[in-house]
Amino acid sequence: MRKRTPIERVALLGRAGIDVVATLGRSSMFLVRALLGRGTSGNSFHLLVKQLHSVGVMSLAIIVVSGLFIGMVLSLQGFNILSSYGSEQAVGQMVALTLLRELGPVVAALLFAGRAGSALTAEIGNMKSTEQLSSLAMIGVDPLKHIVAPRLWAGFISMPLLAMIFSVVGIWGGAMVAVDWLGVYEGSFWSNMQSSVSFTDDVLNGVIKSIVFGFVVTWIAVFQGYDCEPTSEGISQATTRTVVYASLAVLGLDFILTALMFGDF
Amino acid sequence: MGADSHYAVELKNVSFKRGDRDIFKNIDVCIPRGKVIGIMGPSGSGKTTLLRLIAAELKPSAGEVWVNGVDLPTLSRSELFDMRKQMGVLFQSGALFTDLDVFENVAFPLRVHTKLPDEMIRDIVLMKLQAVGLRGAIDLMPDELSGGMKRRVALARAIALDPQILIYDEPFVGQDPIAMGVLVRLIRLLNDALGITSIVVSHDLAETASIADYIYVVGNTQVLGQGTPSELMKSDSPRIQQFMQGAADGPVPFHFPAASYRDDLLGAR
Amino acid sequence: MQNRTLEVGVGLFLLAGLLALMLLALRVSGLTMGSSEDTYKVYAYFDNIAGLTVRSKVTMAGVTIGKVVAIDLDRDSYTGRVTMSIDKEVNNLPEDSTASILTAGLLGEKYIGISVGGEEEVLKDGGTIHDTQSSLVLEDLIGKFLLNSVNKDESK
Repeated sequence: MRKRTPIERVALLGRAGIDVVATLGRSSMFLVRALLGRGTSGNSFHLLVKQLHSVGVMSLAIIVVSGLFIGMVLSLQGFNILSSYGSEQAVGQMVALTLLRELGPVVAALLFAGRAGSALTAEIGNMKSTEQLSSLAMIGVDPLKHIVAPRLWAGFISMPLLAMIFSVVGIWGGAMVAVDWLGVYEGSFWSNMQSSVSFTDDVLNGVIKSIVFGFVVTWIAVFQGYDCEPTSEGISQATTRTVVYASLAVLGLDFILTALMFGDF
Repeated sequence: MGADSHYAVELKNVSFKRGDRDIFKNIDVCIPRGKVIGIMGPSGSGKTTLLRLIAAELKPSAGEVWVNGVDLPTLSRSELFDMRKQMGVLFQSGALFTDLDVFENVAFPLRVHTKLPDEMIRDIVLMKLQAVGLRGAIDLMPDELSGGMKRRVALARAIALDPQILIYDEPFVGQDPIAMGVLVRLIRLLNDALGITSIVVSHDLAETASIADYIYVVGNTQVLGQGTPSELMKSDSPRIQQFMQGAADGPVPFHFPAASYRDDLLGAR
Repeated sequence: MQNRTLEVGVGLFLLAGLLALMLLALRVSGLTMGSSEDTYKVYAYFDNIAGLTVRSKVTMAGVTIGKVVAIDLDRDSYTGRVTMSIDKEVNNLPEDSTASILTAGLLGEKYIGISVGGEEEVLKDGGTIHDTQSSLVLEDLIGKFLLNSVNKDESK
């Protein structure tokens, strides 16, 4: 490879920066057009139901199983640590707060990016490469309305529901381990949890987090599919990008949201 | 109104650039109503770009694209989608919706754009499928069809709304001789029976020449020549002669532009 | 027919989500519907509320009868004012009841324990418990204990 002069390096860096900004702009216009633009899309309710099924219902299994195991592990670890301070009845509050504030929204969003996000990107990319999107446009149906918008809405709706189901299953798994297996007194397990978990501070903040994550993950997934190079190589690259970008976005946003919600400033 | 009603499509002084590269420079194309028009040219000459300009999937850098008396580049996004109901496009791959069966694929434009009752939609779909000879395949999914059948179903879908203009993108590529013969017959038949304007974008010389009433040859950012198939055969332009006869070398060189062969070999040291 | 199962599946999914939210609200965070109507407010002033937090339990004879809803400083008396909401069902607390801040276990949570007085007058909404016992501060206790033993040594 030819050696680059310093000026050329700077120019490359600048070009990369411009590319990033342009992609951001393109994806924002894409989002606004898909959600706010007008146009015929056929039976939009039916389309939404169909997408809720493939995005939400199909992700349920992995969410429930992961939630169950994460709750059980949390309970086990928490019990071991707390019992050395003689306060193992606090294991309920620990499991609940950990799940509601952090693990529920974050892990559910990561799993969602892997399960539903990658599928969305691959599906839309495939439609693009087989000219189905162009073909829709030629029939006089805006693919942004017919293909993109229902998928976006399905993702926005599914994510908070999945995160809440994740937390509930996790807490239930935690209770099972703590109460039935480790012998924590059931009454103090729940009452400790109830007295320390606040509906507005913990439950609602967690739900707000998952709404934000659902928005970002779905947006990234659908945009990557729509914007990909319509070849098999391009689709696989876009799918990888979806999982990587979505995961990073979730973790980064989680820090910011946590600082805003629970930080004291 | 800028377009003569005699023409279904009229490109006036259209230029198109991709990046810094000119694809078309000030070309004029007129497509009369009710005819089969061939748009031909070697691969990479911008035939598909021309098709996308007519279908308004791309906007020209300069010039006017008149379709049925409307200048497409001036339309808004939603007006454009309305406009496209008058056009049918048959894509190279067929582009059937893979999650719908044959019936739903053909019914799709009707369901979206009309409020017809189900029985009537069913009748129309059956008629369109009968026209392409695939009424028996009504319950199959797209992945159960052969390539030629996919294209015919896509054709049935393209004519579902009775468009006035039908555009075929490379309809003959990758078809066996029988399927090709069927398509050639269908294109001519539909054109005459429905009185629509057909635009066939292709580089398959024999097939296109056999059905087209008039042919445009594009290449090198220009319209190289135009005329009926027999006129083009007799053309004295060397470029057209090379294309019509399929000569390997000519005005379109066999060799991609390169430095002198001798210098390249010796200079490697 | 396939549409039907799809719709039912999605419907169940939405229901499961709502059920999850309700479980989180009622079972996990112990939110009770219309809590303001079924409770009444009682105030108590403590010299030191150290460690007591909003949503701490209020108990009587070990049974939870309410919770702490607010803690603030009374500017005039320099004491901590604790607002408790007590279940309406327990409407027979005598006026001279005692409120003390207790600890569950050595390092556990702080909560308020109320022990019954003898008066016939009962606490009304907005009433105040005057007889209070502040939080036991471990450092003070240890300090006092050390001081005592030093004093004893000196007096010998």
